[in-house]
Amino acid sequence: MIALQSLAAGDPLFAGGLDPTVVLILIIKTVAAFALLMVLVLFYIWFMRKVIADMQNRVGPARAGGRYGVLQTLADGVKLFFKEQSVPDGADPFVFRLAPYLSIIPAFVAFSIIPIGGEVSILGHTTYLQLADPAIGVLLLLATSGIGLYGVMLAGWSSGSKYPLLGSVRASAQLLSYEAAFGLAIVAVLLHSGTLSTRGIVDAQAWTSWDSFATSWYWTVAFVSFVIFLIAAIAETNHPPFDLVEAEQELVGGFVTEYTGIRFAMFFLAEFMNLITMSAIAVTLFLGGPSGPALGFLSATGTVNTWLMPMFWFFTKLLVLLFGTVWVRASLPRMRYDQLMDLGWKWLIEIAFLAVMVTAVVLVARNEAWNRFVVVPAAIGGAFCLLGILRLCIPRQSELIEEEV
Amino acid sequence: MSEVVIFFIMASIALCAALGVVLARNPVHSALLLVTVLISIAVLFIIQDAQLLAAVQVIVYAGAIVVLFLFVIMLLGVDEEESLAEPVTAQRPVAIVLGLVVLAEVLFLAGHQWATGAQQSRGSLQAGDGGNVERVARSLFTDFLWPFEVTAVLLVAAVIGSVVLARRSNKPTIDDEVETL
Repeated sequence: MIALQSLAAGDPLFAGGLDPTVVLILIIKTVAAFALLMVLVLFYIWFMRKVIADMQNRVGPARAGGRYGVLQTLADGVKLFFKEQSVPDGADPFVFRLAPYLSIIPAFVAFSIIPIGGEVSILGHTTYLQLADPAIGVLLLLATSGIGLYGVMLAGWSSGSKYPLLGSVRASAQLLSYEAAFGLAIVAVLLHSGTLSTRGIVDAQAWTSWDSFATSWYWTVAFVSFVIFLIAAIAETNHPPFDLVEAEQELVGGFVTEYTGIRFAMFFLAEFMNLITMSAIAVTLFLGGPSGPALGFLSATGTVNTWLMPMFWFFTKLLVLLFGTVWVRASLPRMRYDQLMDLGWKWLIEIAFLAVMVTAVVLVARNEAWNRFVVVPAAIGGAFCLLGILRLCIPRQSELIEEEV
Repeated sequence: MSEVVIFFIMASIALCAALGVVLARNPVHSALLLVTVLISIAVLFIIQDAQLLAAVQVIVYAGAIVVLFLFVIMLLGVDEEESLAEPVTAQRPVAIVLGLVVLAEVLFLAGHQWATGAQQSRGSLQAGDGGNVERVARSLFTDFLWPFEVTAVLLVAAVIGSVVLARRSNKPTIDDEVETL
């Protein structure tokens, strides 16, 4: 039991030991989190198709589920479910069947650490409105994104065909490259919050007054990391403009070329689950998670202010970020592979590193009560100097070509 | 009680998968089984309350190192029909002898504590003053700062070394001259 309790760490649900009600609550929470993620995916795909259709002056889905086509995704899912599944001759049958699960399970596990609400009371037990609050918190996200990579890699390899293999080699190189920038962007937030637990990070950004929007949420103090996080998160989830993994013009369908039916659907489900999880993580780390103004005229301990308002703020912020991903998808063309690698290795990692160093300097200055009007400009100036030196050291594209000739 | 049950389940999974790593004919299957071993050991770390170690195990070993193994296997296209003939003939008997020595050492150390120290070293990593992560960080950046920094220098040296090795030299090689001819 030690293990379970220390994994759940702060959650007051385990304060009184493990009795059947607690187990029941855990099961309810797990099912609810899974259902929520599924519904969010269904909603997101519909939302994405509608918004892109609007941006391109089309109607978009308009048949299934009324004139707005709300049930279009469900109809597509049912269609895929009843399609024939095939395993190619050259495939490695076991790994071919395993790969979809390897990408969908980590996608769900990562979602379990997201706080979608405050502290609530279910069946007489106080608990956090999140599935798990491990002490290692954000590290779990990095671990699951590492495991999720196997799904893509093995899908491409086990198909026993050229295009999927190329797609999965691209995917693994891309994900490994952006994982560094992604992790460094998170570090800046961890320096500010001083804890890895997502609940702790959200608590550190609690809403006290209207200033909290700019003063206690981390998107202002860690703005550079916020931007890098958003770029790296889109690259990690293989979404446009970084969707080279499934570039139709070059690779047919990328790593999913040989997949049919529900297995194909599972890859797409995992991909959209990852996108939603990443947006939710961005909300948690940088936008205060469920924190936001409560309704002052209602009691602070009533159902509305403990259950509804935190969830309302969480989903509002999530919706804003998800709209941003759709917007990017509709407006930016896909990058070239060398541009992708240049952006990741030569810009994002460097800048993320410098942002972490500046953050550390600023935090030390705050603890030691140094004059911040001297320290902050000096730290930022120093970071720009370092960046300039690093840029001078990197050979320019023209020089590289000369060298090859 | 549950600790013991989890230990036996995960330990048997780890052992079976470890056998599989050695016995599997296909290198990709071996790599997958290696990931299974690493993750079951991560679970063992969790029941020992070493959560940071478990996370790092999954992130670094499963998430990066074995991915690189797979990457190389895929790029080089190692097939199942790889020749099993050994270039070094004395390898097998030497490996058996060394394996037995290691097994004897492990069995010996399991019953004696003079090499690993008494069990009290485990207590200091448990919750109390800050969690597991804070405690590891504190000992890493105070008592073990020097080894930590030395390891960092070693890793940087390795990175620079591999970049230098991988970089093509500016001098034209024989191949280039043949091409220009």
